[in-house]
Amino acid sequence: MLGAGGGTSSYEEIETTDLIVLWGSNAREAHPIFFHHLIKGVRNGAKMYAVDPRRTSSAQWADTWLGIDVGADIALANAVGREIIHAGLANRRFVEHSTSGFDAYAAAVEPYTLAEAERITGVPGDAIRQLAHDYATAGTAQICWTLGITEHHNATDNVLALIDLALLTGHVGRYGSGLVPIRGQNNVQGGGDMGALPNKLPGFQDIDDPVARGKFEALWGVAVPPEPGLHITLMFDAMERGDLRALYVIGENPAQSEADAARVRRLLGELDFIVCQDIFLTKTAEMADVVLPAAASWAETNGTVTSSERRVQRVRKALDPPGEAKDDIEILSLLADRMGFGWGYPTAEEAWDELRSLSPMHAGMAYRRLEELGGIQWPCPDEDHPGTQFLHGWLWEDPLPRDPAPFVPVVYAPPVDELSDDFPVRLTTGRRLDSYNTGVQTGGYRSPIRAGGVIDIDPADGGAWGVADGEVVRVSSRRGSIELPARYHDSLRPGLVFISVHNPDDADVNQLTIDAWDPKSGTAEFKATAVRIEKLPA
Amino acid sequence: MDAAPTAAERAAVDELVGPPAGEGRVAFAGFHQAAAQRHLLLPTLQAVQRAIGWVSPGALNYLCERLIVPPADAYGVATFYSLLSTEERPALVVHECTDIACTAGTLTAGAHASPCLGQCEQGSAVFVQEAGRPDRAIAPAPPEVIAALLRGDDVTPERSPPLRHPGPLTRRIGNYDPSDADGYRAVGGFAALEAAKSMGAAQVIAEVKASNLRGRGGAAFPAGVKWEAAAAEPARPRYLAVNADESEPGTFKDRILMEEDPFAVVEAALIAAFATGASHIYYYVRGEYPTAAARLTDAIEQCAGLVDGVTAEVRLGGGAYICGEETALFNSIEGFRGEPRQKPPFPTQAGLFGKPTVVNNVETLVNVLDIVTGGGAAFAGVGTEQSTGTKLFCLSGAVERPGLYEVPFGTSLRELLDLAGGPGDLRAVLLGGAAGVFVGPDALDAPLTFEGVRVIGATLGSGVVMPFDDSADMGRILRRIAEFFRDESCGQCVPCRVGTVRQEEVLERLLAANGDRAEHTALLDDIARVMVDASICGLGQTAAGAVQSALRLGLVDGTPR
Repeated sequence: MLGAGGGTSSYEEIETTDLIVLWGSNAREAHPIFFHHLIKGVRNGAKMYAVDPRRTSSAQWADTWLGIDVGADIALANAVGREIIHAGLANRRFVEHSTSGFDAYAAAVEPYTLAEAERITGVPGDAIRQLAHDYATAGTAQICWTLGITEHHNATDNVLALIDLALLTGHVGRYGSGLVPIRGQNNVQGGGDMGALPNKLPGFQDIDDPVARGKFEALWGVAVPPEPGLHITLMFDAMERGDLRALYVIGENPAQSEADAARVRRLLGELDFIVCQDIFLTKTAEMADVVLPAAASWAETNGTVTSSERRVQRVRKALDPPGEAKDDIEILSLLADRMGFGWGYPTAEEAWDELRSLSPMHAGMAYRRLEELGGIQWPCPDEDHPGTQFLHGWLWEDPLPRDPAPFVPVVYAPPVDELSDDFPVRLTTGRRLDSYNTGVQTGGYRSPIRAGGVIDIDPADGGAWGVADGEVVRVSSRRGSIELPARYHDSLRPGLVFISVHNPDDADVNQLTIDAWDPKSGTAEFKATAVRIEKLPA
Repeated sequence: MDAAPTAAERAAVDELVGPPAGEGRVAFAGFHQAAAQRHLLLPTLQAVQRAIGWVSPGALNYLCERLIVPPADAYGVATFYSLLSTEERPALVVHECTDIACTAGTLTAGAHASPCLGQCEQGSAVFVQEAGRPDRAIAPAPPEVIAALLRGDDVTPERSPPLRHPGPLTRRIGNYDPSDADGYRAVGGFAALEAAKSMGAAQVIAEVKASNLRGRGGAAFPAGVKWEAAAAEPARPRYLAVNADESEPGTFKDRILMEEDPFAVVEAALIAAFATGASHIYYYVRGEYPTAAARLTDAIEQCAGLVDGVTAEVRLGGGAYICGEETALFNSIEGFRGEPRQKPPFPTQAGLFGKPTVVNNVETLVNVLDIVTGGGAAFAGVGTEQSTGTKLFCLSGAVERPGLYEVPFGTSLRELLDLAGGPGDLRAVLLGGAAGVFVGPDALDAPLTFEGVRVIGATLGSGVVMPFDDSADMGRILRRIAEFFRDESCGQCVPCRVGTVRQEEVLERLLAANGDRAEHTALLDDIARVMVDASICGLGQTAAGAVQSALRLGLVDGTPR
């Protein structure tokens, strides 16, 4: 596996690449800024594939849309890999020079014939073959994905299956080619970069690496625990066991954003103590013992954000926050004071300079340089370094400076929540252009394109079930049941329905979703739920 | 917003665009297909309009889905063209010409007012749109004809002869069946194409340059220079656009050429394509000319394959005067609002779809036939040094015999009016249409050449010669001209968008004023200067000419300024 942490390519490259494979992403609606860059690439002549169960508004830009079954991504990817190998289109020189484990990979994908992949994925074999040939023969190509790949019980395996394709064809580590997980907010990337991961210190330094830990301990004057913390899914398991009794929530709304919401709210309600630090009074904040009003990071605070292309950029304070709201750094410093640590009150730049002294990939990013260069892409190890436009260029060096990148064969496993006679319909979830996540930041604004809390169904299903467009139906899964209006929508197909995550108050989709989660990444399988749709009694 | 199409709407769209590609779990229809199909937007909108009588939201949504155009974008295109309706309306709509050569303002009850329909020699005209039927142009259309049409009756009124004074260019008119290629051959047709092929492209261009043939659409640009420039461009493909969007009020010459001698138009266009290396010809025909479009389409089909590697098609305008401007015409063909582009780049460098493009007016092209067969020098022997050959003049208004007159350049205005039976009490002549100027009786001896009318501050424009006698209500004529430009301004650039509105308003105040009108005329002059100096295209630059010249001549109040 390639060293993880960020997309390999920069936005500029998707504007000039030859082939774009948008896999499990409705970026047109969920990542509109990135999609603008993607559109430039398409306008510049890039061919585009979209792999998505729904024919989304993103997929409508694609030259070819593959309407895959939910959760069948590995079968499709492995079939693409097999076809590339059998057609003699693998980049043999790159595979021999820069990778390891090819033979095992080739053996692992061998069962995934086009016919077998068609059976599993529902996508015609010819279309899979065409994707394989176009991807392998493109001069440059990028695979871009988001939650359609990662909100599954086997999220990490899904990603690995895509990485294997890049290794097979040499579409990584050079200008224009790459692997691009698109990030949500303007600073999701920055959150991970800064160590908001249970097993990482800032700059993706491993918590169990004593040398890395030692640097932090020396500067901070405290011992850093060597054990990884808990990711959010494990936190709820710990609550269930009674091991976790208090929660400090900063800028999250787990009461509405997590799978199997009824359980989540029960567990939150049973905690001894909740502190919530947010710019809005979220549902989670309503359950908290203490709410700390925070300043908005945009326009009310100084600092940096990091985009999907690993570019660290400055944000500047223009307004004083309203009321008692305070900058996050100030809140944390005040809290440290009360706890008897006395950090003082560092400015955003002072905190950033401390980070630069500890995180090698940020070392060269002085505020002055961030301003001069209009942001810098990590890694940037010193103040003479221009930043890094694309990652893994070392794969093309000769001799190779590190161990070759390993193929990691993966096996298709269907979604955990199986379809049955009682729950015959596949429900998937996602985002719309007009709203953001649980609606905390967008629900207060009107939008002419807002569909609200509806379940999108294929018109043919509507006919078969006797459900009219706009009719309120009951949707039930093995965990819960909600009632909401059905909306006919052409992006679906018979047997596939969709609910957005934006309306937890009147379309609480996480009452239905399963909390099966990927043990390697901790993400839950929001994308695949088995449901049944029933008409309400007259 | 989510309106769904009816079966009829789907069928109208699918007939042009083809059935959806891919089904079930695959779809092949992305941006690149969208870009390649964008040029079908206007024809598809027109097909929907023709099929169901308006462009409904459901139909618009469906054609946007099929052509992959954002609905707001397509709506912007649909609302640009007056022959498309985005509001539901009766299945039968009769557009009655209320322009300066016809009734100039009076409208039959139940009919829709229309700008000049290009049937001026008939004295009155209507254009009929009916859901599920081909469009019809009917002239003359006196009130009883309009009443019958509104009742749903089919009427075919007797037409007066269109051609009054033939010449070399119009000699074939009436002498063969315009649907018959063999008939055309029998009157000497296709000889020029054969001659062109045997002399080669370079020599054809040389002959056209030697002829000093200048454009007949209004701008009088030397055709040979245009051809040479396009032929020298390395980019491929190259296009030929035949500008048949004849919309200048009072102009009908190209319509008559296309209706009565369509093979000559097609043969000439093929020679132009052959000479310039164009591989595809677009005939952009005014939407109100269904007969011309049909005869041209028929002639194109019969002439298919006459020049290797050259294909052709007819595109219909949508009722927008501005689309006669060459770059607006490109945008219209490409599926965008017909708004003119900035020049440079010039069409010969980057025209249709960004490729080298020659744009020629219909009349200009037909002249090429005799240039090729008789030689450029012989052609240049007719007329004057600057204005070679003959010219088609469209006479309507206060003449006894309105119609098409072909005379050599240099013929005087008096001679021309005498041919047509001009009025004894001549007050003024509008030269060049709404975009032209009025001249008084003192200009009667001016030679009708490009250079000769410039001396008297006028232009030949598209060949409109419209005399007015003492009975003419000049106030109403001027109001109509001001209204015309206000309606037809595409709205893209401020001087024209605002200027044409202000001109109409100030003119209204001026006409209503008693006594001193100096303040109003000064304001009109200011507006005119801004429009001339700062408008992107010729529409704004010429929008004040007729009004200003009329005021100079004192046509409104009898006192020359």
